[in-house]
Amino acid sequence: MSDVLLAANAVAKHFGGVKALRDVSLSIRRGEIYGLIGPNGAGKTTFFNCMTGLYIPDGGGFVFDGQPLKADAPHQAAERGIARTFQNIRLFGNMTALENVMVGRHVRTAAGVVGAMLQSKATRAEEAAIRQKAMELLHYVRIEDRADDLAKNLSYGDQRRLEIARALATEPKLLCLDEPAAGMNATETGELRALIEGIRQDGTTVLLIEHDVKLVMGLCDRVAVLDYGALVIEDVPAVVQKDQRVIEAYLGA
Amino acid sequence: MKNWLSPRSTAGIALITIALVALPFVVGMGGQAWVRILNFAILYVFLALGLNIVVGFAGLLDLGYIAFYAVGAYTWALLASPHFGLHFPIWAILPIGALMACVFGVLLGSPTLKLRGDYLAIVTLGFGEIVRIFLNNLNSPVNITNGPQGITLIDPVTIGSFKFAGTSQIFGFAVSGPQKYYFLLVALAILVIIINLRLQHSRIGRAWQAIREDEIAAKAVGINTRNIKLLAFAMGASFGGIAGGIFSAMQGFVSPESFSLIESIMVLAMVVLGGMGHIPGVILGAVLLTFLPEVLRYAVVPVQMSLFGKVLVDPESLRMLVFGLALVLVMRFKPAGLWPAPERSREQTQKACVAVTQTTAEAVK
Repeated sequence: MSDVLLAANAVAKHFGGVKALRDVSLSIRRGEIYGLIGPNGAGKTTFFNCMTGLYIPDGGGFVFDGQPLKADAPHQAAERGIARTFQNIRLFGNMTALENVMVGRHVRTAAGVVGAMLQSKATRAEEAAIRQKAMELLHYVRIEDRADDLAKNLSYGDQRRLEIARALATEPKLLCLDEPAAGMNATETGELRALIEGIRQDGTTVLLIEHDVKLVMGLCDRVAVLDYGALVIEDVPAVVQKDQRVIEAYLGA
Repeated sequence: MKNWLSPRSTAGIALITIALVALPFVVGMGGQAWVRILNFAILYVFLALGLNIVVGFAGLLDLGYIAFYAVGAYTWALLASPHFGLHFPIWAILPIGALMACVFGVLLGSPTLKLRGDYLAIVTLGFGEIVRIFLNNLNSPVNITNGPQGITLIDPVTIGSFKFAGTSQIFGFAVSGPQKYYFLLVALAILVIIINLRLQHSRIGRAWQAIREDEIAAKAVGINTRNIKLLAFAMGASFGGIAGGIFSAMQGFVSPESFSLIESIMVLAMVVLGGMGHIPGVILGAVLLTFLPEVLRYAVVPVQMSLFGKVLVDPESLRMLVFGLALVLVMRFKPAGLWPAPERSREQTQKACVAVTQTTAEAVK
């Protein structure tokens, strides 16, 4: 088993004349927390969307867990073990928190229409297991007391947590978080940090897009910086922080 | 499941059972016509529950749903009438009808997968009309559907040697044809309701609702939205197909006229007025909207005669007026439907309401 979980090979994406990604190549190792930073519009989310199959890259591709990742197949990316959250939270608003996480179990369960109609023993057992696992995950992100509330009625911080729980429900090998700390205060960010570290400890690799430089530098094992769609540097935080190009492009003097 | 056996729910079930058994005889005192209307109400409950899978659960606005009803009805008509000289038994035709409707559901579903909301509504509306026009014109060069004349002398439902048409003596009671059909329909309706409830709280049901709420997020958690949407179309359509088959057998006659756009709109209105995605609400909507026009039909003329001494507005146009007014009032005061699911969002129902009123206005013109 190779050390590299996800390798991006010269991934390119343009929207009309705008080159959102210019041949970005990077590699994420198993078990690390990998940070992706850069100014607004640098192409971080575009990179995410290409990786999770929501966009089709115009060039290059991804190798995930030793196998190439199919473009334009978001549900297959999830099946292979890539889960994500969204920059602007995308929950199933009119479903309860518990149901949201239960939907996350979809890809790891099998019950079909016939099973549901007949309520076969296997279906009932699977349904109970889904519920059980979903409750555990809600407990894991510490919102189990909101299980029966509609997702849209949860507080902002809880919605972020719920989205992470839903992503974890797919049993990912790689969890991609798109600006999870956006709009959070210092306490919430601290809690989030503990949560992400816990997830890594449980064996899931984490890819983190974030604007909170302190959080990224403190949390990540390695960091990549994007600017104008191109990779500036990919290294450990200590090196990245001192890099002249990064300071000019993003960190400021 | 245990709380089903509590004394209170046992008493409740017993009461409902007695009411359901007594209903056709009580209604029958007012004439067999009312029993027929009652049967139609149950038939519409079928249709509304089928459409509810597509519109209420999966959030796909379908304005051509009646096409599947038509497919089911014509399947029965062709397989059990002198038209082709075929006389298949019920246990063969009902599944074939459901399967045919299912195939048509996938046929309609597959080109519309990328469409949502208004665009989907227009395409499905077109599909509904295409089916009706085909039925209207498939009498030459080869006569398949007998065109606008429709198909007559369709076999009634027969199970074993028990015929559902005509009056027969059961336990010393005279039970009329419509009353017998009523019991068949109630049995099927209970089955359909159970299937719906089970689907709603299943892995597939949750996937439908996830697509309704946020398709991109649904994809991101690994739901194959294409297949799950097609499944919704197929399931909804097969309910429509079964309802169509029973309709055909009950009437003994089908013609393309029964499957016009306004029928699609009526069924959608039942779902929306009752409460999208909420099974008891949908049932209520179907029953209300079947009885309302009939009550008007019987009441409007006498009331106007006694008030003005002459008939100012004929029942048919008043029906559309009252219907439109009801939609507007529900939209204004109960935007989530008369009996909404506790968690139902307002915006979505409102959107569907607007679509229904707009298309109704178009259709009336």
